[in-house]
Amino acid sequence: MTTQAMTAGRAPMPGMKVYNLKLGMWIFLLSEVMFFTGLIGSYVILRFAHPGQFTEPGVVLNVPLTAFNTFLLICSSVTMVKAYAAIQQGDQQGLKNWLLATILIGASFVGVQVYEYIALVGEGFVPVAEAYHAVGRHMPHDGPVVGGQLYGSTFYTMTGFHGAHVSIGVLCLCFTYWRAAKGEYSADNLGGVEIMGLYWHFVDLVWIILFTIVYLI
Amino acid sequence: MSTGEAHKPPPYMLVWLGLFLLTMAEVGYAFITAIPKLWLAIGLIVMAFYKAWLVAVYYMHLKWEPKRLWLMVSVPIPLIMILIFVVLNEIF
Repeated sequence: MTTQAMTAGRAPMPGMKVYNLKLGMWIFLLSEVMFFTGLIGSYVILRFAHPGQFTEPGVVLNVPLTAFNTFLLICSSVTMVKAYAAIQQGDQQGLKNWLLATILIGASFVGVQVYEYIALVGEGFVPVAEAYHAVGRHMPHDGPVVGGQLYGSTFYTMTGFHGAHVSIGVLCLCFTYWRAAKGEYSADNLGGVEIMGLYWHFVDLVWIILFTIVYLI
Repeated sequence: MSTGEAHKPPPYMLVWLGLFLLTMAEVGYAFITAIPKLWLAIGLIVMAFYKAWLVAVYYMHLKWEPKRLWLMVSVPIPLIMILIFVVLNEIF
């Protein structure tokens, strides 16, 4: 991107007092809000309509592991704002260090989610299961059917789409890091870091809601 | 920052601590069996939305954005309410 184009991107949109790139990212994030609302809304409605297909928290899903994963994502949000704060001060090395930390923590989140999926599938908790009998470490007793097809379908749809967003975010963070390594950001040109941060914090925000609704309620 | 106006550095680490403590509180609260299910759900949702608000206001810097952006961001909220409550109305 040329300096002229970057300056144009940073120019505030008349009437909004927000530069165009950021306004575009906010509009994109609002469309994402509606996307995830559709998923969460469907889950809530299905859960009310078919309570027998879902289980109490901690019976099937590994809450301590996911709480740890939530903690990871919260930490990645703080490293992302630290990266932004660093480049605001013109600290190139600080920007790179905090971005790298965000990439590593974000990738760890995805890794833990993959581990969780493998464990759940190993226990038979798959989207197409007609009825899921929880066995193994989560099951306090043997016997009864504790979950149905809707549980697995909604769980994997919501967490899978979120995981895809995190994975895309990690790739975008790598691109941002690559640009930072080339010294393309400065205190006067930090739009790319700010926009990347907006996306990353949004992903964190969505997970905060998903974790509560899917794992704790 | 948002509109180029100077302001105090946001309390990033304090917000992080708040998010961490609220997450711990949520996990502990979710497993209290003595509380009716409805109150558990309401308490958990309130904590989750407060955490989401902290992220949006401090980490996404909404606190320092112009009011017009706030208005734009708040557009999906009534739409979310309509989606949830109108369709729930079909069930009950």
